[in-house]
Amino acid sequence: MSGGAGFFDIPSDLQHTYLGLIGEHLKEALIPVAGGLALSLPIAQLCVRFRWLYPPVLWVTTVLYAIPSIAFFVFLIDYTGATETTVMIPLTVYSLVVLVPAIVDGVRSVPQETLAAAEAMGFTSMQRYLRVELPIAVPAIFAGLRVATVSSISLVSVGSLIGNEGALGNLLSDAHVFHRSNLAVTSVVTTAVLAIVIDALLIGIRMLLTPWLPRGSRSARRASVDAVTGPAPEEARPLEEAAR
Amino acid sequence: MRERSHRTGPGNPARRGPRPVTGRNIGGLNSPRNGLRARAAQADSRHVRKGIRALIRIESVTKRYPDGTVAVDRLSLEIPDGSVTVLVGPSGCGKTTTLRMINRMVELSEGRILLDGADITRQPVNTLRRSMGYVIQNAGLFQHRTIVDNIATVPRMLGWDRGRARTRAMDLMERVGLDAGLAKRYPYQLSGGQQQRVGVARALAADPPVLLMDEPFSAVDPIVRKTLQAELLRIQEELGKTIVFVTHDIDEAIRLGDMVAVMRTGGKLAQFAPPDELLSAPADEFVEDFLGAGRGVRRLSFFTSAGLELTTDPVVAVDASAAQIAERATDDVPYLLVTDADGRPLGWARAKDAVGGEGLDAAQLLSHGRPFEFGRDSLRDALDCAVLSPTGWAVAVDGDGRVVGVASQETIAGAIRDAHAERKGSADRKAAAGAPGGPGATGARRTAR
Ligand SMILES: Nc1ncnc2c1ncn2[C@@H]1O[C@H](COP(=O)(O)OP(=O)(O)OP(=O)(O)O)[C@@H](O)[C@H]1O
Ligand SMILES: [Mg+2]
Repeated sequence: MSGGAGFFDIPSDLQHTYLGLIGEHLKEALIPVAGGLALSLPIAQLCVRFRWLYPPVLWVTTVLYAIPSIAFFVFLIDYTGATETTVMIPLTVYSLVVLVPAIVDGVRSVPQETLAAAEAMGFTSMQRYLRVELPIAVPAIFAGLRVATVSSISLVSVGSLIGNEGALGNLLSDAHVFHRSNLAVTSVVTTAVLAIVIDALLIGIRMLLTPWLPRGSRSARRASVDAVTGPAPEEARPLEEAAR
Repeated sequence: MRERSHRTGPGNPARRGPRPVTGRNIGGLNSPRNGLRARAAQADSRHVRKGIRALIRIESVTKRYPDGTVAVDRLSLEIPDGSVTVLVGPSGCGKTTTLRMINRMVELSEGRILLDGADITRQPVNTLRRSMGYVIQNAGLFQHRTIVDNIATVPRMLGWDRGRARTRAMDLMERVGLDAGLAKRYPYQLSGGQQQRVGVARALAADPPVLLMDEPFSAVDPIVRKTLQAELLRIQEELGKTIVFVTHDIDEAIRLGDMVAVMRTGGKLAQFAPPDELLSAPADEFVEDFLGAGRGVRRLSFFTSAGLELTTDPVVAVDASAAQIAERATDDVPYLLVTDADGRPLGWARAKDAVGGEGLDAAQLLSHGRPFEFGRDSLRDALDCAVLSPTGWAVAVDGDGRVVGVASQETIAGAIRDAHAERKGSADRKAAAGAPGGPGATGARRTAR
């Protein structure tokens, strides 16, 4: 434990203040989730429309998820260099494994009668998707988003493998290099707080979007979504991931 | 000439909503069905003039699903304008398929369906659908939209501005018996019965001429179902839509239908007839089995009690003098019906006890049971009252609940025989005259009482 440097004295090699690191971390975590969502919506729509497509799509997302990020980096670094883009691309790909099934299952959970009613009222299939299926899938989609976001926040740290791109994760390597264990504490605690705050924010947005959900069934619905998307409580998955 | 003037025609007291609210019923035409028949008859003549006999005409339609299932097999039906046609049959006989072919949610494999004389494939499918309200089991409401927004869906899609659509939705809520305070609620905050009402209101929102209903009331409890059926008849009485109603409940079919199409497994039509005819002359064993037991008694629902000969001999007021009582309590009258000062029934007194001299003690009376409304209730109701009555006499009341007389089981049995004879006679005359057997043709009407 060298020097009297405090928890928030960020080593100069990171070229960032503490708040700067947080901003960087959020950017690298959230852009991939947003990108993942943008990709998942049409993919899920296709999977709902063409049922046969869903199993292979699920298989592909799972295989992609199984590729260690370091392998992505080795491959991508030739094209995008040691940049944050190189970090964000695999994170985007990883988010699909949660988001695609969340949206597909959410949309599929729309009751048959509701769909029949929409059809009978002369909704085109696009109107039906946008005005009926997606809104009703919002709770399931948000359940997926929460898992994807928290997991992404935790995963950004692997960016430190390609130099300076791990944001708060770089504090971990610096803790090692400079023998400043307080930096490790700063890194871990800050990441955890970020995850909790962003998660709470997502819950808040979801509640604003779904005044139509029976009170008290919100948590029930979440549990059912987890049951469908597999054992992916947000605490567990990031831990698995941190091991990569 | 239809047998409108017969005193005890198939007046359909079977199908009774709450008190009709429109002026159309004044003068004894006080069953929803009667107004309907009148309109159906008008519609008939109009269509004869235009050369179109039915609003929806299903011509030899077959539906073969991709897996080879033949759900509907060369079905032909003429669904009359402005009345309720019920498709009924065992599970899997193709009722839903038939209904959905009408709004093209299912495309037919062979044959054609005409709407007002034009093939339904001639207009864009979504235009067709918006001209037909659709109501299903469990309502199928949009759970993410408020009640008022649910109801306003189709008007909004048709381009109505928000204010007009909302006003329309609020009107409809009132029409289907929903409190305006529910407008801002979400579907989960409503009971099943209320949701079903919203479903009906939503289907009516753009005032479509046709209403397709697929077992709309089968998921609610029997009491709510009865209320909803009555309300549907009331609404129909006001709006005169062409309703195609699917159910697997034959009693519901008989209660609601102006015409009933019984389908058998394999999507074949077993019989297409007015409910009264179905009960009196099932086409074959299948229909007979499907109708179940008690056909004869159930058919009595179609005979009005207006022709019943009542007697007021045993009726005495509670404040009657001993002399008056003695005068009433002859050998033929073992029981006296005691009424209050307004003429409402209080209960039965044993004639022997009453003559004893202590006067009439209201507390000592036997229950008079549920009375029937003379002229409005059916012979079935009258018979039911008599059978349940402790004295074997049924009490007849007027619309205000005042006693108009009593009838014994024997009197009722006589009236039933007469009614059957008269019905048979008119059917024979009709056959002899070669009158067409359209839905209006059986619509004999009770005279004002
Ligand atoms: N999409 C489909 N593909 C293949 N067969 C179907 C399909 N839909 C219905 N069927 C079959 O067609 C037949 C008629 O079905 P339909 O839903 O019209 O029956 P129903 O009379 O409405 O029955 P229920 O009273 O149970 O609702 C059944 O044998 C059913 O299994
Ligand atoms: Mg059905």
